[in-house]
Amino acid sequence: MKRLTFIRAAFAAAALASAPAAMAAGATVEPPSLKWTFSGPFGQYDATQLQRGFKVFREVCAACHSAEYLAFRNLSQPGGPEFSAAQVKALAAEYKIKAGPNDQGEMYERPGRPADRWPSPFPNKEAAAAANGGAYPPDMSVIAKARTYERGFPRFVFDIFTQFQEQGPDYLAALLTGYTDPPKDVTVPAGKYYNTYFPGHIIAMPPPLNAGAIEYPKGADGRPQAPETVEQYAKDVTAFLMWMAEPKLEQRKELGFKVMIFLLVFAGLLYFTKKKIWSKVEGHAHGPAF
Amino acid sequence: MSGHSTYVPKSAVGKWFESRLPIVGLIHSSFVVFPNPRNLNYLWTFGGILAFMLVAQILTGVVLAMHYTPHVDFAFSSVEAIMRDVNYGWLLRYLHANGASMFFVAVYIHIFRGLYYGSYKAPREILWILGVVIFLLMMATAFMGYVLPWGQMSFWGAMVITNLFSAFPIVGETIVTWLWGGYSVANPTLNRFFSLHYLLPFMIAGVVILHIWALHVPGSNNPAGVEKQTEKDTLPFHPYFTVKDALALVCFIIFYCWFVFYTPNFLGHADNYIPANPAVTPAHIVPEWYFLPFYAILRAVPDKLGGVLLMFGAIAVLVFLPWLDTSKVKSANYRPLFRQFFWVFAVVCVLLGWVGAKPAEGGYILLARVLTAYYFAHFLIILPLLGLFETPKKVPASIAEAVLGKGGSANAMAAGAHAEPNTKG
Repeated sequence: MKRLTFIRAAFAAAALASAPAAMAAGATVEPPSLKWTFSGPFGQYDATQLQRGFKVFREVCAACHSAEYLAFRNLSQPGGPEFSAAQVKALAAEYKIKAGPNDQGEMYERPGRPADRWPSPFPNKEAAAAANGGAYPPDMSVIAKARTYERGFPRFVFDIFTQFQEQGPDYLAALLTGYTDPPKDVTVPAGKYYNTYFPGHIIAMPPPLNAGAIEYPKGADGRPQAPETVEQYAKDVTAFLMWMAEPKLEQRKELGFKVMIFLLVFAGLLYFTKKKIWSKVEGHAHGPAF
Repeated sequence: MSGHSTYVPKSAVGKWFESRLPIVGLIHSSFVVFPNPRNLNYLWTFGGILAFMLVAQILTGVVLAMHYTPHVDFAFSSVEAIMRDVNYGWLLRYLHANGASMFFVAVYIHIFRGLYYGSYKAPREILWILGVVIFLLMMATAFMGYVLPWGQMSFWGAMVITNLFSAFPIVGETIVTWLWGGYSVANPTLNRFFSLHYLLPFMIAGVVILHIWALHVPGSNNPAGVEKQTEKDTLPFHPYFTVKDALALVCFIIFYCWFVFYTPNFLGHADNYIPANPAVTPAHIVPEWYFLPFYAILRAVPDKLGGVLLMFGAIAVLVFLPWLDTSKVKSANYRPLFRQFFWVFAVVCVLLGWVGAKPAEGGYILLARVLTAYYFAHFLIILPLLGLFETPKKVPASIAEAVLGKGGSANAMAAGAHAEPNTKG
């Protein structure tokens, strides 16, 4: 009994400490591998998905979580949600940004501009924690790269060749859909929730997504662009978080392909040059012996 | 670096310059006509690859330093600004971060090549010891570089490693305070680590020059492990080895770019994308992969000071290797027993790395102890004894004989290769 209390206390402490790093803890359940448009050597973000994901982020996540490295202008950059510049300008203007001091030495509020950073919901970490039952909702800017789960041998070796890099998104999508009733032998402390995929399972964040809670843009047929389900919300917002963490992913993979082609051709030319030069050397016609 | 130069400047300006500063002649004799053993295999291309990596790290690093802020409040966000707002900043940072790993991939291949072919033996002891010095400097540089992004693993890695020095009696605490610049890992620590991270690569470059100088006195060792004797044992550095090194280098860059462009965070830790937080300890503090074998040795010993001493000892023992290996035969190709022990040792090193990544508990500790014991036994017991008891195979009389066989060496001069001027200094 005493031991159980201790474990509970440990879980609670882990949840309080935002427990991001405890991924390798024994109680970890591996998240399912989802299909992402941005995986693989030619992976790209789906701009319409990122726009939906942004809507989820803005209407749900951003109520508690900050995203200090996101600027409004990023939302119209290529390789992202690709809102129009006018849309971003209008969006930024909806927010009040604290600025100053002015020439009277006073701080003042002005409408947001595209160059502004995404405003944080709380003035500081302590305020954020105080408003959320003592658990600080972590900044979301790079969270998709800051979460992982252990792949283990030999999978981590294969991951080099398959270019599997989506542990973070898989984990986040699983977490958002992973709220269940606790097993019979687990008591969830008041104000905490049970999540299959959270390390230690006891999480301070209430289930953030509800089916139908966020209205998706309508297609030509008057139906939502994508199903308004928890799974779809989770997937879309996770794709958005991945973009926020790695906004240059598309440029990186595009440039990478060109660089690889160049290097392979260059290596081929060097191979034949080397062969030609060494062909004159007796005993080396078939390359040097090891 | 290879004795007298045969370089003859053609232009009047060239003559004027050469008579005042014979640097072109030095380059010419070191990297153009320098006679290399003709039987070098592709494992000998890693010296050139390492030189490239050092230059690549310095170039990307210097540009990154223009955008980086070594302050606990701004380090993490300045790195994110590099990733987001600096033109090709993401490329520079991923090149630099993965470049460190590639540097170690190359240096480990380079070191194990030396171990296999006995490149540390006379007359190359100083060359080898300089290599150990470079390796140590690389480790210090890489460690401090990993601290700079000021993520969770940066902070806690710095905490663990600097704390090691507190194990030393009497002076320990003073050394740690001095390293930290205060009483905890904090802003002064980050500041001095940045300063040293910028300084050490230039010290590496200095020792690399000595390393190449020491190399060019006896010349490269080779797979046969016999010294070059006559001209027919060698080929001029250019074009034979420039083209071979270039091919190997481009292949290595393909490997490097695979990580940079497609799996840039594979070799890092997700935790390092969480800003440093002195109040929250990560569940597992794990160093970068290239430190894992030494980390395993450190944790194998129950006593802190003992662990620290063994960890440093694991590198220090390499300094004495030229005298610990009692065999006169260099290449493992002619040492059947040593060859087997070499591969056992290589596997032990890989396993040490694997254990280093595991939590220090239960069976892992026992395994780490066994492997650590074997690591030291290889150098302190096996190598000294092996030289006394092993019967080596017959070593070829010359490099030419190793390549061409006994019959071939006689008419080697008839081969087209030696129509090229092969000038020995």
